[in-house]
Amino acid sequence: MITLSHFIVLGAVLFCIAVAGLFINRKNVIVLLMAIELMLLAVNINFVAFSRFNHDVAGQVFVFFILTVAAAESAIGLAILVLLFRNRSTVNVAEIDSMKG
Amino acid sequence: MPLSTSILLTIALAPLVGCLLAGFLGKQIGRVGAHSVTILGLLISCGLSFYVLYQIGFAGAPAYNHDLYTWFQIGHLNASVGFMIDRLTAMMMVVVTFVSLLVHVYTIGYMADDPGYQRFFSYISLFTFSMLMLVMSNNFLQLFFGWEAVGLVSYLLIGFWYKRPTAIFANLKAFLVNRVGDFGFLLGIAAVLYFLNTLDYATAFAAAPTLVGKTLALTQHVHWDAATVICVLLFIGAMGKSAQVPLHVWLPDSMEGPTPISALIHAATMVTAGIFMVARMSPLFELSPGALSFVMVIGATGALFTGLIGIVQNDIKRVVAYSTLSQLGYMTAALGVSAYAGAVFHLMTHAFFKALLFLGAGSVIIAMHHEQDMRYMGGLRKYMPITWITMWIGSLALCGVPFFSGFYSKDAIIEAVGDSHRWGAHYAYFCVLMGAFVTGLYTFRQMYLTFHGKERFKVVEHHGHHGHDDHHDDHGHHEPGVLAHPPKESPWVVTLPLVLLAIPSLLVGFFAVRPLLFGGWFGQAIHVNAANNVLGDMAGEFHGALSMALHGFNPVGPFGLVLLAFVIQTYIYLFNPAMAGKIKNALKPLWTVLDRKYWVDDVYFAVFARGGVRLGRLFWKAGDAAVVDGAMVNGSAGLVRRIAAGVRRLQTGYLYHYAFAMIVGLILLLGGYWLIGQ
Repeated sequence: MITLSHFIVLGAVLFCIAVAGLFINRKNVIVLLMAIELMLLAVNINFVAFSRFNHDVAGQVFVFFILTVAAAESAIGLAILVLLFRNRSTVNVAEIDSMKG
Repeated sequence: MPLSTSILLTIALAPLVGCLLAGFLGKQIGRVGAHSVTILGLLISCGLSFYVLYQIGFAGAPAYNHDLYTWFQIGHLNASVGFMIDRLTAMMMVVVTFVSLLVHVYTIGYMADDPGYQRFFSYISLFTFSMLMLVMSNNFLQLFFGWEAVGLVSYLLIGFWYKRPTAIFANLKAFLVNRVGDFGFLLGIAAVLYFLNTLDYATAFAAAPTLVGKTLALTQHVHWDAATVICVLLFIGAMGKSAQVPLHVWLPDSMEGPTPISALIHAATMVTAGIFMVARMSPLFELSPGALSFVMVIGATGALFTGLIGIVQNDIKRVVAYSTLSQLGYMTAALGVSAYAGAVFHLMTHAFFKALLFLGAGSVIIAMHHEQDMRYMGGLRKYMPITWITMWIGSLALCGVPFFSGFYSKDAIIEAVGDSHRWGAHYAYFCVLMGAFVTGLYTFRQMYLTFHGKERFKVVEHHGHHGHDDHHDDHGHHEPGVLAHPPKESPWVVTLPLVLLAIPSLLVGFFAVRPLLFGGWFGQAIHVNAANNVLGDMAGEFHGALSMALHGFNPVGPFGLVLLAFVIQTYIYLFNPAMAGKIKNALKPLWTVLDRKYWVDDVYFAVFARGGVRLGRLFWKAGDAAVVDGAMVNGSAGLVRRIAAGVRRLQTGYLYHYAFAMIVGLILLLGGYWLIGQ
C-alpha cells in the first residue's frame, strides 16, 4: 500500500539530491539549473500528493502554474547562460566569481 | 543763550568730513588738498569748541543734553545718539580739538616725505571725530562706540608703518591689551543696565542713589556690592585705555607709531579717556569707597613704578612714554581720592605739556634723521634753539616747578592724596611724592642727554663722492650716530605748534587753578560727596595762584625732591658724565629690574602669549585633530571600513556559497519556527 509518507519521502529525497547537486557541483552552471528544476519537481510531488490525499484539486492546478513558471525560468536561465558563455568562454562555476568582495 | 544743536553737530562732524575726503579722495586731491581739508575741518571744530566753552563756561549758557537720533530700540532699551555738553565736556572738547589741530599742522612737517601722507591725515581726523563722540556722548553706548573707535584708530596708527614687524607687533599688543580692559568696561555697562535699567547718563546718575544696599549675588553666600561691581568693572575699562598698571604694557610699545600720534593719541587725548570717563561717572564712583581705594592704589602704583623705568630708557620717545604712564597714574590717584577736578585739571595741563614734549622729541628726531637713541645725541641746543627752549618749558611743567602749569595740577593732586583718609592713602601719598622725585630724574636726564653736554654724533658729509641720489635714503638705515648733514632747526610747521603748546604749558595753570580746582567751576558735571571732598578742604588754605606758587618753593615737599633730582642729574650729566656708567654698574641688580620693566612683559608673553599658543595647540591636537577629525570624521569612516573588511570575506562570488547560505537560513528559520511551535 502506498501511503502519503512515501510520496513525501520521495519529494524530500529529490529535494536533497537537488541541494546536493547545488553544492557538490563545481563544474557546470547547466547542472545548477537542472538541480533547481529538480527542486521544483520535488515540491510539485508534494503538491500532487497532498492534493490527492486531501481530495482537493487546487494543489494539482497549482502544479501546472509552477511547471509553466519553471519552464519560463529555464528559458531565461539558459539565455543568460548562453550570454555568459559568449562573454567569459566558460560555464565553469568555480571560475564565475566576479561578485567576490 | 542755549547751545544750538547745529553747532555741536558741526564740531563733531567736521573732522569726519575731512577724514572721508582725505581718505577716499586722497589721490585726487593730493597732499596739499589732504592736509588743507583736514586742517580746515579741525579749524572749524576747534573754533566752535572754544565758542562752546565760552558760552557754557563764562556766558552762563545752560548745559545741553538732548538725544538727536534713535540708533535702535530693543524692548524698553532705547539706544540713541545724543550730546551732553556741560563744563567738563566743553573743556575736553577744547583740549582735544586744540591739540589735534596743532598735531595736524605739525604733521605737515613730520610726515613730509612719507608715502602714506593722505592716509595719515585721514586717520588723525577720524581719531578726532571718535574722541569727540566719546567725550560729547550723553549715554553709555555712544561712549562705548567712541571708546572702541579711538582704540581702532590707535591700532591703525601704531601700525601705520605696516611693513615694520615691530610696529605690527606693537599694534597687535595694544589691541589685545585693550580688549582685556574693554571686556571689563562692557561688563560694567551691562551692570549699569542691569541695576539702573537705563544707559542714559542723566537718568542713570539720578537713579544712582538707589544702588545703595543692592548686591549682586555671585553664589548663595557671596554677595558683592552693586556700586562697587559697576565701578570696578568700568575702571577696568579705564585701566586698559589709560594704560594703568597692570594693563600698561601696550603704551611704551605704541611708540612704534609716528611721533605726531604719540603726542595726540598716546599722551594728550585717547589715553586720558579713562580719566575723563571716571570723572564723568563720579556720581557712581562716589557710592563705592572700595572701588575708589582700588582706583587710587592702582594709580599711585603706576605713578611711581612706571616712572622708575623711564630713568633707564635710552629711546627719547620711550622716556616720554613712561613719563606719560606715570602722569596717568597721578590722574588716577587723584580720581581715587575723589579729587576729580584735580584729575581733570591735570589731564588738561598734561595734554598741553606732554603733547609739547612729544612734538619736541619728534622735532629732535627729524633733526637727527630719525635717530631716536639719546646716546647718539647731545649738544643739540645750539642747532635747534626753539625746540630746546620749548622742551625745557614742557619739562619744567612736567616736573611741577612752581608757576608752570604742571605745578598747580600736580601739587594739588599730591596734597589731595596726602589729605585723604581713604584706605591705602598713606601708600598712595608715598608713591605720588616719590614720583615727583623720579619725574625730575628722568626728565632732566632726558634734557641733558639730548640738548646739553658733548655732541655724541658725527657729521659725515658725503656730497663729494656719492652725488645727489644718496640723499633720499638717509632715513633709517645708517650707522648709529653718523649723520649726513648737521642737525638743523625744524621748519615752521613743526616749531609753530611747539610754541603754541608752550604758551598754555606755561600759563594755563596759573589762570585756571582757582576756578577749576577750588571755585567749583565744573558745577553739576562732577559730583563729590561732602565727606570725600578733599579739594573742598584744601580750598580753605588757597589764597590765589601766586601765593600757591610761592608756597610751592617749600624745600620740604615735592619741589625739594625735584630740586634734588635736578642737582643730581646736573652733576652727573653736565660735570661728570662717567658717573652715569659707574652708578649703573654699582646698582646693577636694580638697573636690570628696571631695564626688564619688572619682567611684566616677559611674564605676559610667557603666560598669555605662549600659554595662548599652547592652549590653541592643545585644542588643535586634542580637540580638532584627535576628537573631531580622528574620532568623529575619520573614525566613523574607519569603523565602516573595518566592518566591511570583515564582511566582504563572506562575499565569495561563488553561487553555491550563496545557495548554501540560503539553505542554512531556511533551515534555521524553519527550525526556529518549529521550536517555537513546540
